Amino acid sequence: MSPIIIEARNIVTYFGENLIHDNISCTIREHEIYAFLGGSGSGKSTLLREMIMLEKPSSGTIQIFANDISHLSLVEAQELRKKWGVLFQSGALYSSLTVGENISLLYEEYTDLPENLIRELIKLKIDLVGLPQHAIHLYPSELSGGMVKRASLSRALALDPKLLFLDEPTSGLDPLSSRQFDALIQQLRDLLGLTVVMVTHDLGTIHHIVDRFLLLGEKKAIAEGTLNEVLAINHPIIDYFFQRKTHGIKS
Amino acid sequence: MQSSSSATLEIVNGVSKTIFKCGGAWTLNYLRDIALTLEAYPAASSITWDISDITELDSAGVALWHLYYRRFENMGFFSEIIGGKEEYLQLYNLLYSHPQKDVPIPKDTGWLFRLGKEAYLSLQGISIFLKFLGEAFTVLLYSLRHPRIIRYRSISSHIITAGFDALPIIAVSAFLIGVVVAFQSIVQLQKFGADILIVDMIGISLTRELAPLITAIVIAGRSGSAFTAQIGAMKMTQEIDAMKTMGFHPHLFLVWPRVIALMIVLPLLIFFADLVGIFGGMVIASTQSHLSYIEFINRLQGALPIKHFIIGIVKGPFFAILIAMTGTYRGFQVSANTESIGQYTTKSVVTSIFLVIACDALFSILLTELKI
Repeated sequence: MSPIIIEARNIVTYFGENLIHDNISCTIREHEIYAFLGGSGSGKSTLLREMIMLEKPSSGTIQIFANDISHLSLVEAQELRKKWGVLFQSGALYSSLTVGENISLLYEEYTDLPENLIRELIKLKIDLVGLPQHAIHLYPSELSGGMVKRASLSRALALDPKLLFLDEPTSGLDPLSSRQFDALIQQLRDLLGLTVVMVTHDLGTIHHIVDRFLLLGEKKAIAEGTLNEVLAINHPIIDYFFQRKTHGIKS
Repeated sequence: MQSSSSATLEIVNGVSKTIFKCGGAWTLNYLRDIALTLEAYPAASSITWDISDITELDSAGVALWHLYYRRFENMGFFSEIIGGKEEYLQLYNLLYSHPQKDVPIPKDTGWLFRLGKEAYLSLQGISIFLKFLGEAFTVLLYSLRHPRIIRYRSISSHIITAGFDALPIIAVSAFLIGVVVAFQSIVQLQKFGADILIVDMIGISLTRELAPLITAIVIAGRSGSAFTAQIGAMKMTQEIDAMKTMGFHPHLFLVWPRVIALMIVLPLLIFFADLVGIFGGMVIASTQSHLSYIEFINRLQGALPIKHFIIGIVKGPFFAILIAMTGTYRGFQVSANTESIGQYTTKSVVTSIFLVIACDALFSILLTELKI
């Protein structure tokens, strides 16, 4: 079995009085496309945010690349952050910078590469995610929703991370673009050796590219495993989520 | 990730061709020196890239190689690659699946073009503002015929935030203005032994000019900017579009409540500033010139004709409409990017302060000509 990249153990999260996660654990291995599933408000985005150190769980541990992320020095945390890329749901491109500048920012801050190489790399990353080259000089407000996602993905890939976090990558895209985006993620995983962790609602994505996933519901982890493994379990939330017997995925 | 060995490049010059022996991790963090070596290398023969010793390769490594492969090719020296692994080829194919071409940065236009564009945009801005005013007054006339649709609750909440909450800052500013004016004039007046005239000085200058102006400027900075930011944020989150689709007219719900609230509140604030400002002058007069509060007030009754006070108060609604209209208008101009909210808030404050001062000057000229 491939090595473990992320391991979350007994995560409990409270927002004030409000219990979000009740003892959730999951294991993510290298080269996997792993998804957090669940209805709205089931805490899957929160779990993702805890992994990328934007929120802290109330108790429990998360280990990423064998580092316990709640006990990191500033320098270690900074090093860890460079090993992953994050695609936010709304893109979160810096609106005062062009797409090219959004990407070059990372190279300028974290590498000492000469400028012609940075320019070449920006062109490559733009091309990699399927954006037209002229998009380099466009501002985020001049891009369509799908282009924003792609531009944001190219920014997430800038430092060649080994780990990619995607927050609802296909939300707001049309079905065809969604499948193209899925194919892109899968291709990147295969060729760049990425591990991909995503939050998604998209049954198509789950069906086509997700290797294993964690289904959240009623504040707990309902099931973890491949699609077939999970569909074999009898649970009302699984039935509901996959719309079994209606028009959802057939096992 | 594990490899700590940095990238290496060894140049072996042969008779008819040069061999570049590449090794180590050709990844983002280790490529700087190699890039500099390649940049300085004077190609003189065809090149063989021996990449069999490379332990790790990422997109930066591939990009570096391709960059100089192209450069040497353009100089007429062709390269070949030996020792590549299958996965490197795949990575290359992924990255260079399409031919790369440079897209020029959109060119800067000439100064004449920009001047023309700016002039056109300013003129267009005026027409858009007039359209905004026109729409606002159409809605006002309609709502006057149907007073039930006026947002009284909203007006009263703006009276509290824009008026009542502003009392402390207005008090401090007006008091200090009273103090400053009294201090400066008392020194001059004492030279002529005309200390008592400080009362006329303070009374007339504050009520007629200074209190209205200072109040309006503070309110422009405080409420004008808030109006722009509030409406701008609503514009960005599509709340205004949502209101429109529900048939809630933005002018009725957002503009007029703010304008009316400010028109009610500003004269009251000016009156308040008059009181506090004169009090500030009184304090200085009594400490610097031994003019008691009783004497000051007695003198004030004779020295300050009611017209100066009324002129000061009457300016209030005019300033209010300028500040509130500018603030709300700028709010509606905010576009989808986050920077524009700051940009338009700045513009809103600058424009409204300018308009207030211009309007005050107009009042001055008009009233002097009319001999009031």
